[in-house]
Amino acid sequence: MRKWRLFLPEPTTLFGKLWNSHAVAALPGGGTLLAIDRVFLHERTGASALNSLAEAGRAVADPARVFAVTDHIVDTRPGRTDKTLMPGGQVFITETRAAAKAAGITLFDVNDSDQGIVHVISPELGIVLPGCTLVAPDSHTCTQGAFGALAWGIGSSEAEHAMATGTLRLNKPKSMRVRFSGALAKGVTPKDMIMTLIARHGAAGGKGHAVEFAGQAVQALDMEGRMTLCNMATEFSAMSGFIAPDTKTLAYLEGRRYAPTGENWDRATQNWRQLVSDANAAFDTEIEIDASAIIPMISWGTSPEHSVGISGAVPDNASERPLEYMALKPKQKLAGTPIDAAFIGSCTNSRLSDLRRASALLKGKTIASHVKAICVPGSSRVKREAEAEGIDAIFREAGFEWRESGCSMCFYAGGESFDAGSRVISTTNRNFESRQGPSVKTHIASPETVVASALAGVIADPRTLQDG
Amino acid sequence: MAEPFTTLTSLPMPLIRGNIDTDQIIPSREMKSTGKTGLADGLFAGLRYTAIGGRDPDSGFVLNDPHYADSQIILGGANFGCGSSREHAVWALAEYGFRAVIAPSFAPIFAGNCVRNGILPAVIDADAITVIAKANSPITIDLRAQTIRLDDDQNWSFPIDEEAKAMLLEGLDAIDLSLKMAADIATWQEADRAKRPWIYLGAKQ
Repeated sequence: MRKWRLFLPEPTTLFGKLWNSHAVAALPGGGTLLAIDRVFLHERTGASALNSLAEAGRAVADPARVFAVTDHIVDTRPGRTDKTLMPGGQVFITETRAAAKAAGITLFDVNDSDQGIVHVISPELGIVLPGCTLVAPDSHTCTQGAFGALAWGIGSSEAEHAMATGTLRLNKPKSMRVRFSGALAKGVTPKDMIMTLIARHGAAGGKGHAVEFAGQAVQALDMEGRMTLCNMATEFSAMSGFIAPDTKTLAYLEGRRYAPTGENWDRATQNWRQLVSDANAAFDTEIEIDASAIIPMISWGTSPEHSVGISGAVPDNASERPLEYMALKPKQKLAGTPIDAAFIGSCTNSRLSDLRRASALLKGKTIASHVKAICVPGSSRVKREAEAEGIDAIFREAGFEWRESGCSMCFYAGGESFDAGSRVISTTNRNFESRQGPSVKTHIASPETVVASALAGVIADPRTLQDG
Repeated sequence: MAEPFTTLTSLPMPLIRGNIDTDQIIPSREMKSTGKTGLADGLFAGLRYTAIGGRDPDSGFVLNDPHYADSQIILGGANFGCGSSREHAVWALAEYGFRAVIAPSFAPIFAGNCVRNGILPAVIDADAITVIAKANSPITIDLRAQTIRLDDDQNWSFPIDEEAKAMLLEGLDAIDLSLKMAADIATWQEADRAKRPWIYLGAKQ
């Protein structure tokens, strides 16, 4: 027995496998030179990184593995051009276009049929794959961990490093497993799962860790739901969040443009089958959450950790500054609070399944007359597919604006925003001060909760709604 | 290449709130060009000026307090630099003249961006930060010794990984360091290409 044990590989976590399979060399000081398989840029920071690289006389080492898209500040109103509502914004688009061309990388441009939010289109095109490392100068890159990839957000300097060398210099984070046991109740979504985790364990709860999401409730999610869950790993302060690939992952990816084909597909899928945490693999930290006890979540403050169940109230001991900003009082019930606007979109909740679920609740109904409501599909493909199903008509008839795809009003860049001081319920991931416009009070929630609230004109529990 | 960081003596400016995000450090609307400069005016713009897009200083915000005019150190709260990965937040801090942020914890992308731009992210506990803020007098950071000294009786040590320390001390450029390992990278990629050909999109599959 003892003799044989020497030959058995050490039980390894999924994270350990992703890390070890990309370790190029050990660095003095204990770090690792880690191979980077894919880099994705967007127009807000892409030109900056590419120009800085060129100015330093450095080339993109392998342009075929670097992609860029215009999503952050593109206009989302119909008939758009390079012009954008952000003052001076156009130059970000034109310079990114020029820099991408000069560097020889693939750009999904403003009116490209594949354009969309980076973390929506990367999976759509099969650019992210299980077992790959993917980085982007965008904090929500962790979204793509849903495919069993190690995907995370970096700054501009690291983006330059990744493009110039095909590597990054990193210290290995600790490993964490967050296990959601049981099944979600009706009307409860992956957005509520991740908001519950952050509310319970804090916005810095994942600090220093790479987080594997596991358990029955995670396995039960479709790929789009898994992306929503992984999207907010950065709001948990984790390096990344990811989920072991399974048959759903493979079914999603097969046939996508940049996914392997033929013999390579067979070889790849064989390789990807190993991408699970071995039984008995040790994690530095483990968290268990009973998914069946989760209820729809709503944020009350100015950090995603300031969140409670929809039937709950502002905590008694809530700190003053967020309460003052949000114009709420301790112990105040969230449900019933009047809203001015509703937003469905962003890399968290703008995919076809999100829009399908929202439209099923909206069908045949009209939102409260005082609510300004906007739906921004996550990609041009999502928009086309939704329109083919008549989803756009349901949104419009209910009183929503229906937009071209992009990041849109998830954040305020000086252009379009909600009215100053207004209260918005939003499917986005950040409820920071002035995130969606000057003094705008953002409550983050699931698409279902946003729809229920838009219909009622006040923050409302989606579980009371029947499909239209 | 950033200016080397060895020791720094300065009156620290207290901005002790949890979750100071990069939108607060540099609002997106203040990122007006694709360059890395011209950002200092936008630093903390939402807190520093009386109106959005305006330039009238809000006298209630600490950055406008003449007492801290020459401060090169920020005392922050937990999860400092959370939110967007925008390196502009760090470029704005550096351009304004800050060389160090001391906080109980940092968001990981922000901390990495600091090191790449010659700003020290130093972690000490919240109680120590309160003591330093109350003292309201200059402190000395010694990166080599990894210490923050208020006076003879009060000093604290802070952790930092070896590579970040070396990069800050010597103002090293990470890309230069890694390009010296080009041979290792090429060897690794050749072996990996045989194992995972589907990763290498430019090559014939």
